[in-house]
Amino acid sequence: MKLRSALMAFGAAVVMTGTAHAANLSIVSGDTGNGLAVLREKLDIYEKTSGNKVTIVPMPSSTTDQFGQYKLWLAAGNSDIDVYQTDVIWAPQLAEQLVDLTEATKDVIGQHFPSIVQSQTVNGKLVAMPLFTDAPALYYRKDLLEKYGKTAPKTWAELAATAKEIQDKERAAGAKDLWGFVWQGNAYEGLTCNALEWVMSYGGGQIVEPDGEISINNPQAVAAIEEAKSWVNTISPPGVLAYQEEEARGVWQTGNAVFMRNWPYAYSLGEGADSAIKGKFDVAPLPAGTGDKARSAATLGGWNLAVSKYSKNQKEAIDLVKFLTSKEMQKKQAIEASNLPTIIDLYDDAEIAKAVPIIPRWKDVFLNAVPRPSAPTKVKYNEVSSNFWTAVHNSLAGSGTTADNLELLEAQLTKLKGNGW
Amino acid sequence: MAVAETIAEPAAQAGSDLLRQRVRAAWIFLAPMLIVLALVAGWPLLRSIYFSFTNASLTNLEARQWIGFENYLSWITLKSGKTVYDGLLVDPLWWKSVWNTVRFTIVSVTLETIFGMMVALVLNADFRGRGIVRAAILVPWAIPTIVSAKMWAWMLNDQFGIINDILLNLGLISQKIAWTANPDTAMLAVLIVDIWKTTPFMALLILAGLQMIPGDIYEAAKIDGVNPVKVFWKVTLPLVRPALMVAIIFRMLDALRIFDLIYVLTANNAQTKTMSVFARENLFDFDKFAYGSAASTMLFLILTVITILYIIIGKVNFEGGR
Repeated sequence: MKLRSALMAFGAAVVMTGTAHAANLSIVSGDTGNGLAVLREKLDIYEKTSGNKVTIVPMPSSTTDQFGQYKLWLAAGNSDIDVYQTDVIWAPQLAEQLVDLTEATKDVIGQHFPSIVQSQTVNGKLVAMPLFTDAPALYYRKDLLEKYGKTAPKTWAELAATAKEIQDKERAAGAKDLWGFVWQGNAYEGLTCNALEWVMSYGGGQIVEPDGEISINNPQAVAAIEEAKSWVNTISPPGVLAYQEEEARGVWQTGNAVFMRNWPYAYSLGEGADSAIKGKFDVAPLPAGTGDKARSAATLGGWNLAVSKYSKNQKEAIDLVKFLTSKEMQKKQAIEASNLPTIIDLYDDAEIAKAVPIIPRWKDVFLNAVPRPSAPTKVKYNEVSSNFWTAVHNSLAGSGTTADNLELLEAQLTKLKGNGW
Repeated sequence: MAVAETIAEPAAQAGSDLLRQRVRAAWIFLAPMLIVLALVAGWPLLRSIYFSFTNASLTNLEARQWIGFENYLSWITLKSGKTVYDGLLVDPLWWKSVWNTVRFTIVSVTLETIFGMMVALVLNADFRGRGIVRAAILVPWAIPTIVSAKMWAWMLNDQFGIINDILLNLGLISQKIAWTANPDTAMLAVLIVDIWKTTPFMALLILAGLQMIPGDIYEAAKIDGVNPVKVFWKVTLPLVRPALMVAIIFRMLDALRIFDLIYVLTANNAQTKTMSVFARENLFDFDKFAYGSAASTMLFLILTVITILYIIIGKVNFEGGR
């Protein structure tokens, strides 16, 4: 009798906790390529194990568009969204409205790269959990380079020469739509990433240095942007000034580009069954510029998961974040979406190395990646970035000279900085 | 005399009673609409104006302070005696977006009026299948702007776009044009899409005006043997003018606050940035909620001034007739 009532009480408790925990969660993400499909697969696994339902709220892939919307939702105290997929640069700007994950992730945080964890920590508060990291690569057509006896270029000048030669000869041979090099030239955050790489590869600094000094107005930066300007309408289509990631990939994946600058996600899509360039391409680090401090530079990107302060199911939301950023799920994401893991051990994983050979090779590129100046410029980062991409876009499009535009940019940034960032 | 007075007095009283009753009824019927208007239009407007006088930030709206006109104009005098001005009224980016908007409005509304008039004249004529044509011509107007803007963005895409493909095949251009990327064609692209989208709206309003013109005037003109061009200038245009003026003002107000089309087609391009895009960018993307509110307030003021000027100069009569 006693045993029976105890069992019944236990049963009732199980049922009750079961219902109490079955929450409906919403996750918002503007991932590119097959990112959302892979996310859905992972969520299906999560729903089975936890009993919670998770809905994906899809967003446009432009990080600039996403930020405006998220900021608005958070300012309004919106409780409809529980988990946000956040860009690596947003942490200081959204910190106040996101839940501190330090306590909840104590057991697993040590597996991740410390530099990424650092970028998501604001005043000792872990505002987002690393989901994947990103560092762009130079994609090149193995078959075309071999055909003309070329190797992957080490400098931008080499890239321009190779691209021009192959483009001209292939066009003469009938491939009328072929272009040498596609990248992201639209006036948005992506152009800041591209241009930071050019400037950095010429040793022209990183716009605003870690100590807050505005360094962009210098001859190396001018030379870097001038170099990029010379590509437009020669080796790059004029429309590149309106391209974001997906437009560039569109030209590339239909076989109409020799080189492309893009993030690792384009790798598994390029190897997909419907791709015109399957098995015909490889990746290399981005080329270096010229000058004393010339180097290959890749902008550090990456996405994280954060829990909204206004979520009504914070506990479940934190669970979901921990699940999605766990080792197994990062592995799945690495294999299916070629996203770079943030867990150090996964770079030695044999299955990942077999499925996406670029990932183990990418560890060094990403360890040397350049962060955008979001840490020193704090809440003003978006405006800094917008001023920068506008100056670069104007220079590329030929409104004003590069030197004048960068001088004006320096003045704007100085005014924006005021007494300090 | 006395008798007349006693008769007249109750009559006058009854009249004013009736009048008062009618006025009261009118207010009662108007009240729901006025309350809703105050809530959805008045309150947000006042809030925006209020925020523009503070230093509010979207991260923490509660911590705002009143700073007067500093968002609009402020100045500091340096030790050297030089005065440095700051604020919206001296922001070159703001004035550039004002100019972009005004230029866009003038060109788009002018062309839409001309095309709208042509379409309306055609639709006003009697022909078989007129009903279907009238419905068909409204399709661009019925498609949500975001959808049509995205659709056009793909059509105008430099590599895969159908527009470049057609022009190339016709031999009109020798190489693909990057419509939305090139600073010279970005505004043109926006104008093409806007004209495509809103000409039907103009046509519809003008058509309504045309149908009010009595047919006997045309018959009289026909009997007198006046040529059709003269009929248009001397009969049609003067008579359709009231409807036309109202249609233009609707379009103008719409064009001055254009946002969605430009945001989708040429997002952050400085060549096409309008007042609304500028305000949104400051409100949400940058940490300058108050500055964005100041821009919104200025947008409101500019709209009001232009509308009043238009009504006075154009002698627009909203009551109908001439």
